Amino acid sequence: MSAVARSLPTPARRGLIAAFVIVASMALSACGINTIPTYEEQAKAAWSEVLNQYQRRAELIPNLVETVKGYAKQEEKVLTEVTEARARATQMQVPPDILTDPEKFKQFQEVQGQIGQALSRLLSITENYPDLKSNANFLALQSQIEGTENRIAVARRDYIEAVRLFNTEIRTIPGRWWNSLFYGAKPMETFTVEAEKTKVPEVKFN
Amino acid sequence: MIMNDAWIAMLRGSSAKRARLEARWTGVHALFTTLAFLLFLAAPALAAPTFPPLTGRVVDQANIIPDAVEVSLTDKLAQLEAKTTDQFVVVTLSSLQGYEIADFGYQLGRFWGIGQKDKNNGVLLIVAPNERDVRIEVGYGLEGDLTDAVTKLIIDNAILPKFRAGDYPGGIAAGVDDVIKVLTGDAATFKQQAAEEQKTFNGKRDEGGSSWSWIITIIVIFFILSRFGGWFWPLLFLGGRGGGWSGGGSWGSSGGGWSGGGGFSGGGGSFGGGGSSGRW
Repeated sequence: MSAVARSLPTPARRGLIAAFVIVASMALSACGINTIPTYEEQAKAAWSEVLNQYQRRAELIPNLVETVKGYAKQEEKVLTEVTEARARATQMQVPPDILTDPEKFKQFQEVQGQIGQALSRLLSITENYPDLKSNANFLALQSQIEGTENRIAVARRDYIEAVRLFNTEIRTIPGRWWNSLFYGAKPMETFTVEAEKTKVPEVKFN
Repeated sequence: MIMNDAWIAMLRGSSAKRARLEARWTGVHALFTTLAFLLFLAAPALAAPTFPPLTGRVVDQANIIPDAVEVSLTDKLAQLEAKTTDQFVVVTLSSLQGYEIADFGYQLGRFWGIGQKDKNNGVLLIVAPNERDVRIEVGYGLEGDLTDAVTKLIIDNAILPKFRAGDYPGGIAAGVDDVIKVLTGDAATFKQQAAEEQKTFNGKRDEGGSSWSWIITIIVIFFILSRFGGWFWPLLFLGGRGGGWSGGGSWGSSGGGWSGGGGFSGGGGSFGGGGSSGRW
């Protein structure tokens, strides 16, 4: 290439170099050099959806607590538990590097898991209050909580899948080479199966 | 594991031999890991249930809807799409294959691609008579209209009383009518009943952007290629094989429009777990 290029006049040489750069960049992208950032963005988007749904759940809790209080004041222990778990979660800053930091990720998971457990306890005690169970406001809230838990489950599963694609890409060839050459991306943390089983509360109706 | 134990049993030789064998084992192990990863790539993403084919707007796998009702339902659902572009499919399942109905429902909705691609305005009414489960599964774009509270009301008030009396076609028809009422804006009664509902989240999203960016990318590539002459063309085929271009993954579902020839097919809409379920 260089011998040919030197034998050519300068403008032609420049043209050849430009052409070479374009061919090289196209060939590179054909080899999957863009796959890593693409998967990374997809995983981040899936993570935003997870946060979004957890946030939605946190926003529903104060109303639920108020409604239950009106009918079941004596269940103070469970009610405070939910309120405190929610407070811990809303106070927790989600650090930007949470996805690549196992400790922080685990902490986040635990905090959200505590809300889930407290919520399921709260909903199970409501079974004992027929007046509460026939309250329209409570029924609406209950269906929203159930729907949100379901959306959380879907969002988590989508995130797990997006991370699986990303992690597989940076750990296998050729993605592994591109990553060490250009990106240096770390594998992302994902939800564990145990957590998946225990942290999503079972909300039973009827 | 068993393989591994067998190896360790064999490795009770001299330490040098052992090290050599262990090194070889590491090599084999690495090879298998790589193969496993490759298989991962080829295999479908998550263990998914098997779904019935989308044969029309009413998919009666459990065979609980009489033909006459099926025809009238299909008619109503087609009118709904003509009016609002919302795609609404009624499906009865002979089995949930061990899945929760909510878990099954969103995956079925995504698999069929119910709803228009740019609006995600699909709805499924899922009835599993053997598990005694019913669910209204709502696509992303309709979560603001068919809220969890509204779908719960429809299930509790319109569907379940009839199901409990053993009248599946009647319950399904009543549920379909109510969902259509909400979707066509004649939703006053439901809005009133759900008035205390605290906050509706407008889960509307727009996922139509990806196809545009694809078109633009392709135009840009063609522009560059056309400027630099003929010998670049083989690269286009390289691009097709590399796999790096297939970022979106959203092309597959929209492909549903090709099949059927005048029949009904999903528009490529997606689901995120909206809606609610009931049991009888």
